[in-house]
Amino acid sequence: MLNERARVDRRRFMQCLAWAGTGLVWAARGGVLSSSVLGDAAAAGDFTFAQISDTHVGFAGKANPDAGGTLADSIAALNALAPRPAFVLHTGDLTHGQKAGAFDLLAESLKAIRTERIFYVPGEHDVFLDGGAEYLARYGRGTLGGGWQSFDYGGVHFIGLVNVLTYKAGVGGALGREQLEWLRQDLAPRGSSTPIVVFTHVPLWALYPAWGWTTADGEEAIAMLRRFGSVTVLNGHIHQALQKIEGHLVFHSARSTAFPQPAPGAAPTPGPMTVEAGALRRLLGVREVSYTESSGRLAAVEHPLA
Amino acid sequence: MRANTWILMLASLLTLFVGGADAAPSGETRVAISQFTFRPAVVSVAAGDSVTWVNEDAEEHTVTATDRSYTSAGLEPAETFSHRFTAPGTYQYFCALHPHMTATVVVK
Repeated sequence: MLNERARVDRRRFMQCLAWAGTGLVWAARGGVLSSSVLGDAAAAGDFTFAQISDTHVGFAGKANPDAGGTLADSIAALNALAPRPAFVLHTGDLTHGQKAGAFDLLAESLKAIRTERIFYVPGEHDVFLDGGAEYLARYGRGTLGGGWQSFDYGGVHFIGLVNVLTYKAGVGGALGREQLEWLRQDLAPRGSSTPIVVFTHVPLWALYPAWGWTTADGEEAIAMLRRFGSVTVLNGHIHQALQKIEGHLVFHSARSTAFPQPAPGAAPTPGPMTVEAGALRRLLGVREVSYTESSGRLAAVEHPLA
Repeated sequence: MRANTWILMLASLLTLFVGGADAAPSGETRVAISQFTFRPAVVSVAAGDSVTWVNEDAEEHTVTATDRSYTSAGLEPAETFSHRFTAPGTYQYFCALHPHMTATVVVK
């Protein structure tokens, strides 16, 4: 256990060195390492960031014959945001079943996004085949364990959780003990007035267990978050904009850029939903989130493609 | 009456023909993946036999052992995956993309 800790710390220390020239610095807070983005915007104040999700590169079903085109349009929608988002969160299912070349194609496509940085968490489509090896090789830098991470920006604490590496048969997503313990340590030193943003792939709450739209141990994470005055949980996976408010916690599910899925229980199966051509682009899109320091609140604005 | 008899005869012939053409080779059992369900949900095979799954859905699915000891790649519509079961036991599997899809192979 100690060796593991030491290895991780060294790994993160090396990342500190590697990133020093790219505008990021690591800071120890309360004994837990986290990263901070340098620059004027990193001081507390108003800022915006964006969420893109479920790009499913490689999808070629009839629900969207041109998923490459709608991805390009989604990137254009992100680039049209004013002010420019400080960074972008990709909440998983980068690829459609880890098809050959899909990760390369996605990386190439996302280069067109005008933002400082993109943070990622994986979806089950990105990791089921190889246990996350390719995903972590590409996006694991700066993360712990199976790809989870936290960082501070503008007075807000961001936490990326991975709930697809130990997908449970008959249930859905799962975080696992190691990640939950890390989360506990990550949150422990933070005051309850710190605004928290959690980003993950599968809904943390039991959104629709009959279709696996739930995280088996998500409630344990939610319980740790309840003491905070402002918690925003952003997820993907269900390919539709959906919101739930529970006290100080707000849960937002995001649209996909590739294909829509039916509302919970509205169809016999959760498969890609084929709609009339004119309706598709209203069901795909990206999300902008703005933080207002004076209120300590985050507001999500949906940007469908049509 | 007469027409019905003809239809019945035709249907019988078709069943024979299609059944014959479709029959799995000896020692192979087929499971359909259809409407986000493995059909049948439980199959029994003899040790050493193979099970072949065919994706009849329009969506991608996988055949993944619950203990992760084997998995198919993402199966596109009409694609198949086979796995040979060598030791007796009860083996649970699921779709790693749609975890509510679960089923069982019993090896005797």
